[in-house]
Amino acid sequence: MLVVEKNALSEEIESYIEKYGDDRSALLMILHEIQKKHRHISEFAQQEVARLLNIHPVEVYSVISFFAFLNSDPKGRNIVRICQTISCDMHGKRQIVQAIERELGIKIGETTKDNKFTVEYANCLGLCDMGPAMAINDRVYTNLTPEMAVELLGKVK
Amino acid sequence: MENKKTMRAPVSQKPHVVPKPEHPEHIGGSISIELNEKKISVPFGTTILEACRQNQVHIPTLCHHEDLCVAGVCRVCVVEVEGMRTLQASCAFPITAPIKIKTTSNAVRRARKHIIDLILSEHYGECYSCFRNNNCELQSLAKEYGVDHYNFGHVEHPRYEVDNSSYSVVRDLDKCVLCKRCVRTCIDLQEVGVLEAIDRGNNTHIGTFLDKPLAEVICINCGQCINRCPTGALRANDPRDEIWAAIDDPKKHVVIQTAPSPRAAICEEFGMEPGTSLTGEMNTALRRIGFDVVFDTNFTADLTIFEEGTELIARLYKALVQKEQVALPQFTSCSPGWVKYLEHFYPEYIDNLSTAKSPQQMFGALIKTYYAKKKGIDPNDIVSVAVMPCSAKKFECNRPEMVDSGFKDVDYGLTTRELAQMIKESGIYLPEMPRSHFDDPFGDASGAGLIFGATGGVMEAALRTVIEFVTGKKVEDVFANADIMPVRGFEGVKYAELPIKEVGQVPDLIKHLIPDWNWLKGATLKIAVAHGTANAKKIMDDIKAGGKFSECHFIEFMACPGGCIGGGGQPIPTTPEIRKLRAKAIYDEDKSLPVRKSHENRHVVEIYNEFLKDGPCGHLSHKLLHTHYVKRGKYIA
Amino acid sequence: MENQKKKRTGPVIFSQYKRGDAIKKLLSMSREDVLFELKDSKLKGRGGAGFPTSTKWMLTAAAKADRKFLVCNADEGEPGTFKDRVLLIEFPELVFDGMVVGGYTVGAQLGIIYLRGEYEYLLKPLEDYLEEMRKDNLLGKNILGKKGFDFDIEIFLGSGAYVCGEETALIESLEGHRGEPRNRPPYPINTGFLGRPTSVNNVETLAAVTHIVMKGGKWFSEFGTSHSSGSKLFSVSGDCEKPGVYELPWGIKVSELLKIVEAKNTKAVQIGGASGHCIPKSQFGRALAYEDIPTGGSIMIFDESRDMLHVLKNFMEFFLDESCGQCTPCRIGNHKLLEGVEMIEKNEYTFAHINKLKDLGRTMQVASKCGLGQSSPNPFISILENFKDEIFTRGNGGRNGK
Repeated sequence: MLVVEKNALSEEIESYIEKYGDDRSALLMILHEIQKKHRHISEFAQQEVARLLNIHPVEVYSVISFFAFLNSDPKGRNIVRICQTISCDMHGKRQIVQAIERELGIKIGETTKDNKFTVEYANCLGLCDMGPAMAINDRVYTNLTPEMAVELLGKVK
Repeated sequence: MENKKTMRAPVSQKPHVVPKPEHPEHIGGSISIELNEKKISVPFGTTILEACRQNQVHIPTLCHHEDLCVAGVCRVCVVEVEGMRTLQASCAFPITAPIKIKTTSNAVRRARKHIIDLILSEHYGECYSCFRNNNCELQSLAKEYGVDHYNFGHVEHPRYEVDNSSYSVVRDLDKCVLCKRCVRTCIDLQEVGVLEAIDRGNNTHIGTFLDKPLAEVICINCGQCINRCPTGALRANDPRDEIWAAIDDPKKHVVIQTAPSPRAAICEEFGMEPGTSLTGEMNTALRRIGFDVVFDTNFTADLTIFEEGTELIARLYKALVQKEQVALPQFTSCSPGWVKYLEHFYPEYIDNLSTAKSPQQMFGALIKTYYAKKKGIDPNDIVSVAVMPCSAKKFECNRPEMVDSGFKDVDYGLTTRELAQMIKESGIYLPEMPRSHFDDPFGDASGAGLIFGATGGVMEAALRTVIEFVTGKKVEDVFANADIMPVRGFEGVKYAELPIKEVGQVPDLIKHLIPDWNWLKGATLKIAVAHGTANAKKIMDDIKAGGKFSECHFIEFMACPGGCIGGGGQPIPTTPEIRKLRAKAIYDEDKSLPVRKSHENRHVVEIYNEFLKDGPCGHLSHKLLHTHYVKRGKYIA
Repeated sequence: MENQKKKRTGPVIFSQYKRGDAIKKLLSMSREDVLFELKDSKLKGRGGAGFPTSTKWMLTAAAKADRKFLVCNADEGEPGTFKDRVLLIEFPELVFDGMVVGGYTVGAQLGIIYLRGEYEYLLKPLEDYLEEMRKDNLLGKNILGKKGFDFDIEIFLGSGAYVCGEETALIESLEGHRGEPRNRPPYPINTGFLGRPTSVNNVETLAAVTHIVMKGGKWFSEFGTSHSSGSKLFSVSGDCEKPGVYELPWGIKVSELLKIVEAKNTKAVQIGGASGHCIPKSQFGRALAYEDIPTGGSIMIFDESRDMLHVLKNFMEFFLDESCGQCTPCRIGNHKLLEGVEMIEKNEYTFAHINKLKDLGRTMQVASKCGLGQSSPNPFISILENFKDEIFTRGNGGRNGK
């Protein structure tokens, strides 16, 4: 990481501290912001957060590793989450997954070579009445067919 | 959301804040409960576990540890509380109402058995190939509950790689039961913060920052996690094989030095109650094992008093008389865990660390120079081993700068536990050994060197000498029996002031540095003692903020709670009671010794006459007995 | 999809309400008045545990502290539950006004809505909504001119952890820790967020409170049964013609509900989400009520074509993934139960072992640290009990046998 990049990241994190405070209870909101912007929380970012909140880096990592939507390793620019819980499962989750895997040429849990997509499973998205459902980043799509799912991916930049 | 002091550990792992009445006799101070149908009265807020233990009701535990806050995660200690749908973890349940408890009901027995079965099903490895065999809390539980087969299967392949990266601490997660004692030790007790639970669900494991090898993170090697691990998931990096090889090699002259704390604790490894010193017995055993000579690290502890004491006097002289900028207070540097802690967390203060090496490393440098020359042995053929109560000493002897003799000054650090193992392997039952003395030319050392093992000991040893040097009076005239009580005991941070009312003659040994003591007359020497890095942190933060400790002159820091007697290489388990008994053993032995002050150790005086001729902090001692430190900082690249 | 606002009507929750009305009414009510109405209403927590709301608020109100908090638990993670989503999208006025009532009653100045990460798309609309409330002085200082009536609401976004629906885990994560449930006692009503008294309430509970303030506890208690007052929102999914959220009075029979949602050839109904119980046809006459089958409202319907072992496996995989991993029974126990399911799947089981696992499940129910581990064996035990004929004949010519 270049020094310039590091400085920019430090400044960014400091701005979050200003917004949410320097108490540990601000941790998850800060991690959210970083995750949202960078799609992952880098080694350096984790240590900066730890420094500014006066906690240990391992505590930050521990929290990140606990939550499904936070990650330390870079992922694709767009994260596709397919609901794997039973209601969606019963309404054709498997076909959706197969279609997406075929179309993108990757398996669940993987990232496309161009870094455009990471595809993962999600536990219950709370859309059981409209399954199968999936989320692309923070937007959700329901009553999917394999064809629709693939079409939606095509619309993503 | 709110600014307040950051909480270090999750509240889920903190003891409950139940406001306790001041005295059990006060109104509401006690509660009548029924324990297994027996009516008893307990103070308000007592946990069920405490109540049971006070009433001779045995409750098995795994995650509970006396030194640590409550976790309530292993669930082995569950009991039945009448009226509650679920079983309650007795370690985490404060009694605040007149409850009825059952500790042996069918549901309780079944639950405990199930929990033990579950842990065993994921516990990789076999007892007979584990260093904790016969001293393992999980093994004991299995025996207690009559486990004779694996009810829910048993893992056949390891899930994790053993982390061997550190010189000091080895982590084998396949034996981990996720009691989180190490996490609570690292974050709460020591405030080092290297270990935490990572991931969740069945993937939960104890890990470091980004799951890096231990050697790459800011571990201070104190080994306190090892002492509290209920199983063999944490152990010290064991050099026994290399040492045996050296002993078996007829060309090698294998030297062993023994620190004060192992001798006060090794009895525990042989089934004895804590608190018996086996100094003489250990000397004999070491020779029988095959070590060529046995030296007493207390000798270099005495030497440390000269070097570190002279350094302090020089710093004070510079600051008070010559008005030069010097780093004060001076910090002790005997504890390698503390040194690394400072290098990581307060690197801006490394100038405050005494440059004097730890006794182990001083001895290392002398053995391969002074001793080798005196005995006419090629230092190349000397293998220098140090028996230490410490896991950080293994790291210390591998620090790249520790080669001032022209060789690796100390080849291997051996813990008390590993030494006990070697003794057992030799077919020796230690308590039965005849006693013998340490070998010359270093001989038996002073009681001052011995008490280095307990918190406050370095300070007391230093004061015994400083008081006599400066005032010309006997310590005994100031403190009865030369026991300097204000610096003893297990209080986390101790502070004392010693007004210097009168001064005497400057002893010959340091006359070349200071002409007289008049500049100290009327001054007040301010000192402090801290043990456990969490307490050290308190002092350091106070110094940073310009508080009262910043006005101290000399501060003793020990990384481990209780000092070296509670070190990460000592026998397992450790509790406040055990540490108290080990300290008592050391102080009792000190009392019985003919020489109890470092400056009265004739061998030390001899070495200054014969070898380190330009005196303490002179040219040669600077080369061999002093060192420098690294500003490590907290960032992990 | 966040724009799909439907006009729903119902007897209680979905009955008429205008934003701010309950807050206006509060101006002439004391805390005791609110508690009195709540007690009269016999409202129980709608998250599933069914703790009386009046008691929870009375205890929080009675606790002494410099600050108190009211948390709205919108970490709706139970598989098959989506009523909170509907409430937050279509009826935010009920939820937020209920929070203001709660804050007023327990003496909290700050309300936090813990919104599950999966509902991030609701963040913006809800924040806009709160901003409007502030403009209208329904939030902020001296609400509607009443001196000292200060209350504001913050939204906290979860990050994908089912266990954070457990109130102490939720508080842990609010404090910036792993979502690991705490030891209880002490309870959040005494030692909650930042060590202060905290009342954690379900979204639906708060919505019900708003109506109770408007129309009185008595009115509310006239719906439902004697032990389960009011109505309940049911999240219905699975094999039926009309999945969705339904407001129905407590006490309704499972068979009646199935008729309403037009379910045909129903074989099994999982009530209460993954952590609930699965009942067969023979029990469809049972009532959905605290005194018979208590539930947070998730109804998952399975018709004759479904493989119940597959359903069970899906649930167990869910728990394995979502266990926080701190306590032994839940961390390892769920793993063992899933292994058992896989053994049956591969026809490599013995009844002795399966019975041992059921026994283990019963230990998990009582020895786990929190509700997750205490309820995760429910589907294992109930599905294997209620559908054993189907499941254990798989291998030798059973309906799913090959």
